Amino acid sequence: MSDFNKKSLSEFVNLIKSKKTSSLEITNHFINNIKQSKKLNSFITTCFDQAIKSAKEFDSKKNSSGLLAGVPLAIKDLFCTKNIRTTAGSKILENFIPTYESTVTNNLWSEGAILLGKLNCDEFAMGSSNETSYFGNTINPVGKDLVPGGSSGGSASALAANLTPATIGTDTGGSIRQPASFTGTVGLKPTYGLCSRWGIVAFASSLDQAGPMTKNVEDCALLLEAMSGYDEKDSTSINKKKENYSTNLNEKIKGLKIGIPKEYRIENMPQEIDNLWKKGIDILKKSGAKIVDISLPHTKYALPTYYIVAPAEASSNLARYDGVKYGYRSKKGKNLIEMYENTRGEGFGDEVKRRVLIGTYVLSSGYYDAYYLKAQRVRQLIKNDFDQCFKEVDAILTPSTPSSAFKIGEKTNDPISMYLNDIFTVPVNLAGIPAISIPAGHDKKGYPLGLQLISRALNEQKILNIALAMEKNISFKQSLDRWWE
Amino acid sequence: MEQEKFDYYIKTEKNSWEVVIGLEVHAQVISNSKLFSGSSTKFGSEPNTQVSLVDSAFPGMLPVINQFCIEQAVKTGLGLNAKINLLSIFDRKNYFYADLPAGYQISQYKNPIVGEGEVTLDMPYGSKKIGIERLHLEQDAGKSIHDLSPDNTFVDLNRSGVALMEIVSKPDLRSPSEVNSYVKKLRTIMRYLGTCDGNMQEGSLRADVNVSVRKKGETKFGTRCEIKNVNSIKFMEMAIDSEARRQIELLESGKSIEQETRLFDTKKNLTRSMRSKEEAHDYRYFPDPDLLPLQINQSFIDNIKNNLPELPDQKKNRFIKKFNLSPFEANVLVSDLDISKYFEDVIKNSDIKLAKNWVIVELFAVLNKKNIDISNSPVSPQNLALLINTISSGEISGKIAKKVFEIMVETGDDPTKIIKEKGLKQQSDPKELEKTIIKVLENNLDKVSEYKSGKEKLYGFFVGEIMKATSGKGNPKIINDILKEKLKK
Repeated sequence: MSDFNKKSLSEFVNLIKSKKTSSLEITNHFINNIKQSKKLNSFITTCFDQAIKSAKEFDSKKNSSGLLAGVPLAIKDLFCTKNIRTTAGSKILENFIPTYESTVTNNLWSEGAILLGKLNCDEFAMGSSNETSYFGNTINPVGKDLVPGGSSGGSASALAANLTPATIGTDTGGSIRQPASFTGTVGLKPTYGLCSRWGIVAFASSLDQAGPMTKNVEDCALLLEAMSGYDEKDSTSINKKKENYSTNLNEKIKGLKIGIPKEYRIENMPQEIDNLWKKGIDILKKSGAKIVDISLPHTKYALPTYYIVAPAEASSNLARYDGVKYGYRSKKGKNLIEMYENTRGEGFGDEVKRRVLIGTYVLSSGYYDAYYLKAQRVRQLIKNDFDQCFKEVDAILTPSTPSSAFKIGEKTNDPISMYLNDIFTVPVNLAGIPAISIPAGHDKKGYPLGLQLISRALNEQKILNIALAMEKNISFKQSLDRWWE
Repeated sequence: MEQEKFDYYIKTEKNSWEVVIGLEVHAQVISNSKLFSGSSTKFGSEPNTQVSLVDSAFPGMLPVINQFCIEQAVKTGLGLNAKINLLSIFDRKNYFYADLPAGYQISQYKNPIVGEGEVTLDMPYGSKKIGIERLHLEQDAGKSIHDLSPDNTFVDLNRSGVALMEIVSKPDLRSPSEVNSYVKKLRTIMRYLGTCDGNMQEGSLRADVNVSVRKKGETKFGTRCEIKNVNSIKFMEMAIDSEARRQIELLESGKSIEQETRLFDTKKNLTRSMRSKEEAHDYRYFPDPDLLPLQINQSFIDNIKNNLPELPDQKKNRFIKKFNLSPFEANVLVSDLDISKYFEDVIKNSDIKLAKNWVIVELFAVLNKKNIDISNSPVSPQNLALLINTISSGEISGKIAKKVFEIMVETGDDPTKIIKEKGLKQQSDPKELEKTIIKVLENNLDKVSEYKSGKEKLYGFFVGEIMKATSGKGNPKIINDILKEKLKK
């Protein structure tokens, strides 16, 4: 059984397909791991009975087809799952049970995957440390006192701790890549519109994108292939043929041009991060890629732009949580307005309130032009920067985060320093382009660090291939002593 | 006929005031499904039975534009002679209310689908053009029901998400009757196009009315007040008059007008303040990130344009030219698509001159009295044409025809059948009539001699007696000929 802890998603799929092991056996293995992982607090809801039932059903079928044949998966609690509670990490949805299944998770089940449970996350995906969750913070398996990153912190934690063979998260400003970097795992944010947003609890509609989180690049390609695809129910979904990322995956990157943006060499960046970056550059060079110095001049405006656009959209997206139709309703209040105030006052946590307030402010009459409109214009400039660079280079290499995982509570009282964590990931969301974070080394404390590869829209295959080539040469190793069991 | 002059000025002891009005008409789009979801739009269904997860704003639900509603808006825009914008944007209008599930309404703010256009009104003082500022698409909200329980408000989301067109006029209207004419004209155009049924009782057409006043001759606009959600033309007229007088009274007593939103109390015939400018909502409009900008191409518009039905103004001109109708008659007949169809059906097989009078005078009187639509008329256009033909052919007189018509209204029967059964056919046999005339004259020898000695007024008396003797069926022309001949002798 312990051997299972070393297996990747792709290996599990092959084991099941070749009937060397059953879906039930693997499902039981992960259920067992999850049961011993209470200390990590990475799950909000588990559905073991349903998972066992589904695994048995799968095993009884003659034909075990599907990209994810019989593999159990836990997923971020931002995806609506039919008849399974979906909370978005918030008190306001504490008892919300959807009657519908998100398109992305539905795609997974259609490929044969089985739901294990729902993973903890920052409330409404607003946070970089998983500390804003109403259900308590998730712990990083790398260290007892470390955050797993956020907002897909539960996903990253569960993946690194072998509580699920792979998982999916959502990335609005770095919510897949930053926790992947903090836990030594692979995370990819696809091109905006590649994965349907239908059925995902919305944070910032123009930035939100679901993506895979896996142990390695091969798994990442496989899971991306399974979850992506056009959906007519999402007007921003890109109407194009489904790609076969896993079969087209290769490490031939000779002759590719990789850009190194000087603006990402920020002030006070730890030497370790800089060293990691250099290591990445060397590996690419050795693999035959050509390194090009590039400039993304508007990078410094990305974070302030993001912290206008995202809260603005969030303030409107979260208006529906008003206690009228579903979700938490305060018992206090003499009239409709008081009911709203109490419901939202009691139902939302501080970070959500902070962003709703910021968002409401920047959209207010008299401030709209100065903030929201200007931010949209800057967003276009940031996009143009990337477009310009991609005329010259195939991909861009940057660090994923400006630091390794920080301590629980370290930044909770300092939102600005918390927001700075997203400095390398946010520009990609604003530009709507794909990026992957792969584990690339450790800092001197032994905490994992990630490198990020960025490319033009719909160029997922290219960054997967480069990532694969780098992965082979980096030989990142992570052995956790399973202290939580 | 001399044209009347515009004369709607509110006169006080000191001044004569002009009233300036602009309208925001909300017209429900005829469409089987809602603007952004597949739910049905059927009116009068059980509460909360026409509601999808999108309409009730469940987490993760996304809007998808209904292509048919776009077509309907473009069609309406073309009917208003307006510019169609190839690029338009859906925005979110944010406010909290129990019957607004998402906490925002999807509308079009800065970039509407239809731009400037115009509508021509036929007023007694001539035709008048009213500018259209814009037409945009938006969702309707649900309905809050406050009177079912003393402690609770109930919400019905059937209407939530239904497509509305908001048609904004320029401040070109100057009197309640112009507003009456404008709303009716919009309604007629949309009914011709099949884009809005204009049913005000069901709320398919309602308006926010902007009213300001200024002294006659003044060119600057006064401060306006908006009267929200007026749902009948009569109430619009009443509200405008009442609001204008309120404003004048304030101004003449040295006070100023506060720009605000008001409600019309139909029972008291007064407007009252709903919220002041300071209390006005800040809707925090911004482009809806769930929807891409709406792009349509010229061929889409051209295709709709090429398939537009004949519009009221075109039909009116055709009626005037082709059927030699007066502008007034043409206006009446084109004011409703069903009326115009009825009229054209009647004149397919009958005399136009007789037909227009029968439709406009006799038929309308009956429909008004019975309060029914022409589409439910007991007299079919085919039967009315038959009746008119019996008059033209001299089979019955106009007077008898009215009797036959009365029976047709009650029974819906074919006029030839009624004439036959009731024996109402005109007596046109000269020999028979001569016998009757001789008899009448013999019975009134004294009157005959009076007539012959110069009392010619008695001619009508003889005609009356002869008609009585023929039970009204005598052919008046033949009677005339014979009677004149007999009285000469």
